[in-house]
Amino acid sequence: MIERHDSLVVVTFVRVLIPLVQLFALYVLAYGHYGPGGGFQAGVILGASYILMALALGREPFERRVNERACLTIAGAGVLLYLATGIAGFAGGTLLDYSRLPLPVSPVKARYFGILIIETGVAAAVAATLVVLFCRLADTEHHPDA
Amino acid sequence: MSEPLFAALLALLVILAIVAIRAGDLLVAVIVLGAYGFVMSLIWTTIGAVDVAFTEAVVGAGVSTVLFLAALLRTSRRRSPLPGKLRWVALGAVTAVGALLLAVTGALPPWGDATAAPATHVSPRYITETMAETATPNAVTSVLADYRAYDTLIETVVIFSAGLGGWLLLARRDQ
Repeated sequence: MIERHDSLVVVTFVRVLIPLVQLFALYVLAYGHYGPGGGFQAGVILGASYILMALALGREPFERRVNERACLTIAGAGVLLYLATGIAGFAGGTLLDYSRLPLPVSPVKARYFGILIIETGVAAAVAATLVVLFCRLADTEHHPDA
Repeated sequence: MSEPLFAALLALLVILAIVAIRAGDLLVAVIVLGAYGFVMSLIWTTIGAVDVAFTEAVVGAGVSTVLFLAALLRTSRRRSPLPGKLRWVALGAVTAVGALLLAVTGALPPWGDATAAPATHVSPRYITETMAETATPNAVTSVLADYRAYDTLIETVVIFSAGLGGWLLLARRDQ
């Protein structure tokens, strides 16, 4: 696994950077309706913030926050959130028709929020998948062939 | 963007691709591939595909570079070239596919042609109706997440399956 970076400058800078990167990921997710961005990009940025944590701060603070099995659960939950949103408006309609979602808003606004909900699911699935793949690739101590 | 600058970006893309393929040290190849992704992202921006450019920048230039580097931790930095005979097979296959692609490029509609088939079928409806139907000004988002929601749902399943597959293949022994 990767060690903590030797340079105090790098470690301090990354400590400041990580929350900003995560905030930016949320912005990209929420602003996808109005500008470039959306669930996929937000998920990649969020996943990258955790990868950056492992690369610069070492395995200890990373493993305190990240659990591989929890990540897999989050990734699966993201897919299920998408599917559940698609099924929620299914009765009497078509699959993935967000205008029939049981929300206290107009059908047009229901589609607007439906998009936001499924993009959140996509972001969770993408971020958690990236972190899991990075964990497994970087963990050379538990090499299956070792 | 000006035409010469666009041509320079395309030339840089080809040079970076050749460097990435020719590099003996895979660490060099991975970093050059990251630069390739970044130039590609600039090209997408130039032709107005900002959503694609964003994805290319975060995935092509960003995360895939890190994942490739992490993969190098588990293997060797040295490139192992294909054995003699296979090299000629590979060269033949690449030349044939490249020639085919070049041959059909002429059949594509000119870039930005508003009368081309893809631009006259359903695209105008998405662009004119996205505000009235989904209250989402960014038509890319409404097409991706609403009009073409099936595609995105299955893409998300693919990403999850990739994560699960990678985790199972590289699983720790004690798990």
